[in-house]
Amino acid sequence: MIPLSHYLVVSALLFAIGTAGVFLRKNLITILLSVEIMLNAVNLSFVAFGRFAGTVDGQIITFFVMTVAAAEAAVGLALVIALFRHRESLNPDAFTSLKW
Amino acid sequence: MTSLIPFIPLLPFAGFVVNSTLGKRLPKSISGGLASLVMVLSFLISAYLVWNLAQMDPHQRVLSNTIYRWISSGEFTLDVTFLIDPLSAVMLLVITGIGSLIHIYSTAYMHDEIDSEFARYFSYLNLFAAFMLVLVLGSSFPVLFVGWEGVGLCSYLLIGFWFKKKSAADAGKKAFVVNRIGDYAFLLGMFALFAMFGTLEVRGIAAKVATMPAETGFGLLSIATLLLFIGATGKSAQIPLYVWLPDAMEGPTPVSALIHAATMVTAGVYMIGRNAVLFSHTPETLQIVAVIGAATALMAGTIGLVQNDIKRVLAYSTVSQLGLMFLAMGVGAFGAGIFHLYTHAFFKACLFLGSGAVIHALHGEQDIRNMGGLKKYLPVTYWTFVIGSLALAGVPLLAGFFSKDELLFETFAEGHQILWGVGALASALTAVYMGRLVFLTFHGERRHAAPGSADTDAHGGAHGHGSHDSGHDAAPHGAPRSTHLHDAPPAMALALIVLAIGSVGAGYVGVPAGLGGHNALGAWLAPSFAPPVAGSGLAERSAAGVEPTGAAEGEGHDAEHLALERTLMGVSSAIAIGGILVAAFIWLQRRDIADSMARSLSPIYKLLLNKYYVDEVYDATVVRPVQAVSREGLWRGVDVGLIDGAVNGVAAIVDAGSLMLRRLQTGSVRAYAGSLFIGVVLMLGYYLWR
Repeated sequence: MIPLSHYLVVSALLFAIGTAGVFLRKNLITILLSVEIMLNAVNLSFVAFGRFAGTVDGQIITFFVMTVAAAEAAVGLALVIALFRHRESLNPDAFTSLKW
Repeated sequence: MTSLIPFIPLLPFAGFVVNSTLGKRLPKSISGGLASLVMVLSFLISAYLVWNLAQMDPHQRVLSNTIYRWISSGEFTLDVTFLIDPLSAVMLLVITGIGSLIHIYSTAYMHDEIDSEFARYFSYLNLFAAFMLVLVLGSSFPVLFVGWEGVGLCSYLLIGFWFKKKSAADAGKKAFVVNRIGDYAFLLGMFALFAMFGTLEVRGIAAKVATMPAETGFGLLSIATLLLFIGATGKSAQIPLYVWLPDAMEGPTPVSALIHAATMVTAGVYMIGRNAVLFSHTPETLQIVAVIGAATALMAGTIGLVQNDIKRVLAYSTVSQLGLMFLAMGVGAFGAGIFHLYTHAFFKACLFLGSGAVIHALHGEQDIRNMGGLKKYLPVTYWTFVIGSLALAGVPLLAGFFSKDELLFETFAEGHQILWGVGALASALTAVYMGRLVFLTFHGERRHAAPGSADTDAHGGAHGHGSHDSGHDAAPHGAPRSTHLHDAPPAMALALIVLAIGSVGAGYVGVPAGLGGHNALGAWLAPSFAPPVAGSGLAERSAAGVEPTGAAEGEGHDAEHLALERTLMGVSSAIAIGGILVAAFIWLQRRDIADSMARSLSPIYKLLLNKYYVDEVYDATVVRPVQAVSREGLWRGVDVGLIDGAVNGVAAIVDAGSLMLRRLQTGSVRAYAGSLFIGVVLMLGYYLWR
């Protein structure tokens, strides 16, 4: 049987990839996808913990996360479309007017 | 019967409440009528109670009514008690009687005001009467002080009645501030008395102090009474706090008559009379009172000699007469002082109301240089004014003669020959300046202000009702105005005539022994100046000890005393008549003498015309330093520097801090996400590595 640590290492790798994507990519849609990767990394660790603890709590939380992620994707993509219509750009560095 | 006492001040107070709340909607006839009616009712109640008081045994003459317990703290209790004794009886009748007449007079005088102003005027006047009655009825210092402050407030409100005129608003402020200085001393005096006697009841203090010997040096008791006297100098316009009274003439003339001549300004004299026992135990203070009184009488008299505003002459005359009253108080002749207070109320009110009638007829003109020849146009005003002037000058057999004579005689008899000389000189000046006033105003030819000349005083900015005293629209300057001169209307004439009768007859309650009388008023008042001891002969003797009036009407009246009294009476009569004759000679026959005197004595004339530059001296020594300290120290230093500095300093620190902190708010989503991430890592790291 695959030990818990393997799952956690994969989860950590996925999370690192997602984080790197959020910080390094210059396209808002890619950034949203990276956020989804981070969420799924967390889902993976929840499910793994659930399995090794012998409960279904991890899976239930995962369903919640997926639901919220779906809603988040809908809102995020709507914002992205609105922003694009407004500025003709999807580079997050172009949207810095919310400051002093 | 005593249950009626509270209604004496309550009735005018009710008038105040009605006029101040509903007055705007009431027609003038109702608001003025109501204000006058409550005063007349108050007078009738006072008269009834005084009548009852007179029926009582002379040494038991006290009616008192405790309204409620005001303060109860540990051992100390203080009741609001109204008390009528012979002294407050005299004051009550003067205030309500003359007050009623002046209310009636005002209904005509103020008739040109709009309804709401008219009601405001009468509400103030009623409120004043209520407080003045509290002042004289109060049996303890705190109650007296309530009235004392209340009349000061009403005085302020009424001096500044035409507050749109700057000089009136300033005069009101001046009166208020100067009075506060005196009131501060008065409060300190009350504290000192409380510390010494543990009570603030006037009669309680009198009973305790009566058992003590008179203070020989200048001790604690003298300091307390001196502080009370400083309070009196503020209220009663004596040196050094007299400066507000002449300026108070900015108020409507009936107000000058009631508050600044007949009643409020006599509060200081009344207060000393009320505490006669206390003051008699501090000869040092009494000496100061006498000297200040005489000095004020002389100083104000000389100023009055050269003033050109009809009301200011009368104002300085009031200061001068108040000085004489304090002189009497200071030599221990309390009865004589109150006697002069009482007669003075009649003729000074008469004179002020007469001057009001003149101003009314001349549409706001107050400068006597622009009057003259008014005798044939204003007969009622003329004759009442002449009677009032003769009474004030002290012409024999009129009211002022008896009281002033009594006062000067007591001064002389008490061994104060120098003060007597000063008082006599002040009386002579009184006769001269009153003669001048009458002759310049009513005799000779009609004079008009040359266009653009010195009448700007009275006409100020000639627009609106606030611009001159009577509230009339100004007549065209320089145009002959004699055609539409009208004498006093009925309501004003009534008050003038009654007061003129009073100016003739009021003195007969105190005919001195030298003229075959027995000084009924002195005998009536004597118990008020004695310690409150029950039992017949005792009060009489102790009264005689401190109160020469009591001695004067006693049986052991030796011939020498009588001869002295008659001699002095002759002297003061000669002074009065001589003064008037001098005035007649100068201002009727040879006006050029007055002018050439003014020229040849130009420095003195200027000094007097400018009122000894006292206002300027006060301005330089008190007003300006206080203003400078207020401006540079309190305003620029404390307010702007400290308070504003603290508030603005906090704001500046926040501002400077946020200048740096706001750099963090880049607007870059990535930067936010990064800081979030680093934060989470740091927090997790902390818990993991802990």
